[in-house]
Formats: sequence, C-alpha cells, structure tokens
Amino acid sequence: MNTELLGIIATYAITLLVAIPLGRYIAKVFAGQRTLLDFMAPLERGIYRFCGIDPKEDMNWKQHLKALLTINILWFVYGFFMLIFQDRLPLNPDHNAAQTPDLAFNTVISFLVNCDLQHYSGESGVTYLTQLFVITFLQFVSAATGIAALVAVFKALRQKTTTQLGNFWDHLLKTTTRILLPICIVIAGILAFRGTPASFAGKDTIVTVQGDTVQVSRGPAAGMIAIKHVGTNGGGWFGANSIHPLENPDYLTNMTEAVAQMIIPIAMVFALGFFIQRKKFAYVIFGVMTAGMLAIMIPTILSETGGNPAISQMGIAQVSGAMEGKEVRFGPMATAYWSTITTIVSTGSVNGFHDSTMPLTGMMELIAMMTNCFYGGCGVGILNYFVFIIIAVFISGLMVGRTPEFMGHKVEAREMKIAAIVALLHPLLILSGTALSSYAVAHGWGAGWATQPGAWLNNPGHHGFSEMMYEYTSAAANNGSGFEGLTDNNLFWNVTTGFVLLLSRFLPIICPVAIAGILASKKYVPESAGTLRTDTATFGIMTFAVIAIIAALAFFPALALGPIAEYFSLY
Amino acid sequence: MKRYFFPALKLTLVLVLLTAGFYPLLIAGLAKMAPGRGDGVTVKKDGRIIGYANVGQQFTGDDYFQTRPSAVAYNAAGSGGSNKGPSNPDYLQVVKDRIDTFLVHNPDVQRSGIPAELVTASGSGLDPHLSPEGALVQVSRIAKLRGIQEQRLRELVKEHTQGPLAGMFGPATVHVLQLNLALDEIHQR
Repeated sequence: MNTELLGIIATYAITLLVAIPLGRYIAKVFAGQRTLLDFMAPLERGIYRFCGIDPKEDMNWKQHLKALLTINILWFVYGFFMLIFQDRLPLNPDHNAAQTPDLAFNTVISFLVNCDLQHYSGESGVTYLTQLFVITFLQFVSAATGIAALVAVFKALRQKTTTQLGNFWDHLLKTTTRILLPICIVIAGILAFRGTPASFAGKDTIVTVQGDTVQVSRGPAAGMIAIKHVGTNGGGWFGANSIHPLENPDYLTNMTEAVAQMIIPIAMVFALGFFIQRKKFAYVIFGVMTAGMLAIMIPTILSETGGNPAISQMGIAQVSGAMEGKEVRFGPMATAYWSTITTIVSTGSVNGFHDSTMPLTGMMELIAMMTNCFYGGCGVGILNYFVFIIIAVFISGLMVGRTPEFMGHKVEAREMKIAAIVALLHPLLILSGTALSSYAVAHGWGAGWATQPGAWLNNPGHHGFSEMMYEYTSAAANNGSGFEGLTDNNLFWNVTTGFVLLLSRFLPIICPVAIAGILASKKYVPESAGTLRTDTATFGIMTFAVIAIIAALAFFPALALGPIAEYFSLY
Repeated sequence: MKRYFFPALKLTLVLVLLTAGFYPLLIAGLAKMAPGRGDGVTVKKDGRIIGYANVGQQFTGDDYFQTRPSAVAYNAAGSGGSNKGPSNPDYLQVVKDRIDTFLVHNPDVQRSGIPAELVTASGSGLDPHLSPEGALVQVSRIAKLRGIQEQRLRELVKEHTQGPLAGMFGPATVHVLQLNLALDEIHQR
C-alpha cells in the first residue's frame, strides 16, 4: 500500500491506542482513585497550603464559574502587561520590539482562550521571556481551564441529584500536574532528540554553501511545541508553525505532534464513559465524532492528493498532490490529514498552509470549525457537544411526544434557552464579523487607517472572501489556524477578533456548565420504559443530524460565496 | 469574587513557575544529551558551520541540485509560505514562469516530468528536501555542466534518498544540502 496513506492510518491508530488508556487514567485522577503519579500528592498538598485552598471543598456550578472567571481575568492582565513591556524585560537575545497595545490585546486573549490566532510571527513578535512566561504558560492553563470546567460537568452527570461539583482549583492544578505536564515532558523529549531547539541560544548567523549570509532563529522551543499540541492550543514557536523544519523536523515528529493534539480530546470522551459509568454513552459519542471526522477528512484527502487543476492544465503531473505551501517530508496526504484534525480538535497548528489548499479542502476546514465538536478542544469539545445533545434530546422528545429527559433529569425551557444561545452565538459571531469586514473591503472604508481594507487580502475574488470568513471562523471556534495571507496585525482585525474570541470562549464554557449544574440540582426521575435512551445509535444519528442541520442552515450561503464559488471557477 | 482573588493570585504564581520556569529548564537540560545539544543540529565543512541540518538552504547555481522556491529566500530569521490561493491568476502566472525557466535550464526534460514541488513554494520557505524525482530530474543538467556520468549522479541521488519512516510511513525524501556536499566531494566545481 501507498506509504503516505499507511502513514496517516498508523497515526490515527496510535492516537487511539494512547487515548483509550489515557481516558481511563483521567477518569481515575478526577475520581480520586489510585494512579501512577500519586507521588505528586505531597507537592500538590504543599501548593494548596501555600495558596490557602481546601481541595476537598466542593463548589456548586456558580462558584466554579466565579473561580474560573476570576483567575482568567488575572491571567489577562498579567499577560497583557508582559507583552507590551517585553522589550525592556530580560531573555530577549534577538532584541525584539514590544507588542503594540492592540496586538497585545489580541495576543493575550487569543492564548487565554486556547485559540492562538497569532497576528505576530514568533521569530520577531515575542521574546524568549514572553514565549515562555506568557505563551507557554497560557497554553497550559487555558487547556487546564477547559478540562477543569468539563470535569465539573462530569461530576454533575455522575450523581442523581447534587450541587457539589468538586473544587475548581483542584481540577485546574491536577490537570496541569497529572495530565498536561507529564505528557508534555515525553513529547518535548522526542522533539528535542529529533532536532527541535530547546536551549536559550539566540539567533545564529551563518554563511551557506553558495555564500549567502542567513540567520537561523532558535530558542527553547521544544517544550512549547509539546504543550501547543497536547493542550490543543496550536500557536507556534516560529512563524510557519509546525511547517517549520525546526518545529517539526521529520515524519516521526509529524506523527508525534499529530498524535499529541488528538489524544486528550479523544481521551476525554472515554474518560466521560468511565467516570459516569456509562461506557455505551461514551462509545456513541465517540462514534458520532469519528463519523464527523471522516466526513470531513475523506473529501479533504481526495482534493489535496488530486492536485491543483490549474497547474495540471500547465502540463505538470502532480504525482502525490498539490504542493504549494506544503513540505516534501510530509507530503500532501499527511498534510491533508493534519488539516482535518487541527480544525476539528481546535488546535489550529498547521503542517502546510491552509490558504494554499484546494477550495474543497478550505471548505472542509471551515466546516470543521463551524461544527467545532468532533472531538473538539481540550475539555470544550465535549462541552460544545453537550449543548447539541441537549438540543437533540429536546427535539426528539417533542417528536415522540414525551417530556425531554437527560440522565434522569427533565430538560425544561430554561436549559433549552441556554443551549440555543450557544448554538446560535457561533454563527452569529462568524457571519456578522465576515459581513462587517466584507463591507469594509467592498465600500472602501478606512481611507485614513494605517492598513486600509484594500490591502488586507492576499488573494482576489472568492478566495479573498474566504480569507476573511476563515479568520472569524477560526476566532469563533477558538481554533487559531488561518488563511494566513490575510494582513491581520492591524487595529481592525486585532480588536474585532479579540472580542469574538472572548465571547466565543467564555459563553460556551459558562452555558454548558450552567445547564449541567441546573440539571443536576433537579429531582432525579428514574429511567422507565418511556425514557428516551441517549446511549443508542439512533440517538447518535439524531445528534449528528442536529449538528449537521444547524451548520448547514447557518453557513451554506456564506460557503457558497467563498470556497464553493472558487471550486466551480477552478474545476 | 474577593473570595477567589487571593487563591487565584497565588495559584497563578505557582503555575507560572511550574510551566514557564521548571518545565522549559527541564527540557533544556534533557536536550543537552540530544544531537546539537538543544541548539539545533549543525552541518560543518572544513571546521566551519555551513548550515543547519534541518533547515534548507538556497542553491541557485545550475551545477547544483536546486532547492524549492521559497517565499523567504531561505533566510531562517523568519519563515513562511506564499499563502497564494489555488485560483489566484497572479500566482498561476508565477508558476507558469517557473515552469518555463526550468525548461530553459533543463532542455532534456519533458514538461510532464517536472515534479510539482520544484515549481511551488514550500510552506516554511525553508524546506530542506526534494522528492527523489525532484533530484533525478536535475541530473542531466548537472552531469553536462560538471562533466560527470549521469549514471554516477543517479547513484549519488539513490545513496542520499531517505526511504519512508521504518520503510512504511510517509514519503521518500532527498536532503538537498547533503546531496550537494556529496556532489562537491566527487567533483569540485
């Protein structure tokens, strides 16, 4: 068989082999059962004593959210000031400048919300200090925040009736010490041994074989690249992200990074099953998510390996597929695979530039972020999926004429309203942002702006429209990849995407936690013959249909103007 | 909120030290045992550093195996691709020009024999590799200019072809810098 195809099949197989036991382990960590890493307990106890935290003190859903928001606001303030003063702080061997306030606003929010849009380039826009103390730090804690919120939901689903959803600080710290750090140390070790820089040495200047004088950017990158994937963050050390030969040196590191970004999202699905002791429920969710992934991945692979028809017309045989924006050591197949996983699990790292992918691929990348729940980001993927479950429960309940129930609790108007807000917020943010920016481009706004809208786009026509839509979709999905041709480091894009990022992060965390908290506090209704079962294939298909229909209704017209129109202009 | 402020502040301090202090230092320490000691693996010739093993460099001369088009001219101070969309007419014109230029410099090559990677820019702008076909297609040009047997050069490419990972996964590649160093060894230009 074709070695490129075999490579991606092996990558997914390894992902599952790691994710399933990891899911069991995560469930044990939060159930307080014995695990391999219990030797960390004394360290954690010391930290709690220092912080004045009682990890056994249960919080209800509102207290969870208050703690979550308080610490996130602190991180925002801290990160913002670090970035605007980075030029005067130590660990800046390349003498990079400070970030402008609007760029710092965008950067800190983007990393705080686990998105990592990066309107700067890693080589010049940040220093080693901010790469570690802002970027890497936020990559850990934003992933931990998502998981901590999800664990509260797990605890709500496990009990018949409860308001006690565990301790937020405990979830946050244990996610960091027991899950993220240990995995990252392994991944970073692999990367370092395959040639990714990890020392604090600054840029090197060399004279090449043919006599060019060039520089090579370096730095303590390996650790950051590990958490960028394990935490589904995606923001790269270098401008070219995991396309860069130091960030992703060979096929082995490519497989490693591809596995690293998928394991926690998939493991959390299995962890749910183990934790609430409803394995079949988790298998159905896993099945739906995997079906969603394949529905996006297969057309992507076919369109990338098919090559660019306009280049075929010039008489060039694109044997392995389209190569613009791609690297020879990965090949189009592994790049197509990565483009799907990075958009479904909301990593947003890239191993080939999305702006140069074929129209159908671009559409699949957009759809992956528009649905945003096939595995999804660390913690938040299942939170998003949970919202669709509630909607599916409600609709199926109406269809069969029964009171909608989920896990023994009645789903009533209040929960449904909250779920509807989340489901509608996503298209609202994407479409209004795209409309606003398109208006600016089409009507020549901002004659006095430093970067005029006329200069935003790197490509004309339909593809230019897709560049703008992609940016807002990526922001709203907290994904972080981009059609990077877009000139996005300016006031308009920094500020508008900044607000989209905030809204699309915190509402989709607050709302599902609220729904779960409210449901768990209701009276338990024992299952009966009349109960709509949520752990069946039928219900899985129902959920898939809800996801697909909401996405199609909301986004089809916009997709028709961008990638679909471009497709018909090319083929 | 006040109830949460001080625990949040202190926990932030701890997490900063753990993830931005301890963790990168640990990895930097581990990397001391890795090739390149964490500074990046370099390639030396006559005791002088002439490149980084993983970072591609530009070869424009016709008597060398040439590397792929790059949006950053192979200067790894930065990195990046063209970000041109597949239907962009200006971009397609650039590709067409690259094909024509290649055919002028390689008169023995058929248009359909040009591998796509030689006329498209890489994503990083620093791609160190070519496919085996991308190297082989340049053999006849270099053989003429250097006066080496084509067969000898084909063998050289074969020697420098790295097969798929474990023989099974991913594409085969040729490392252009190493190939060109070997080329200079059998025949000083």
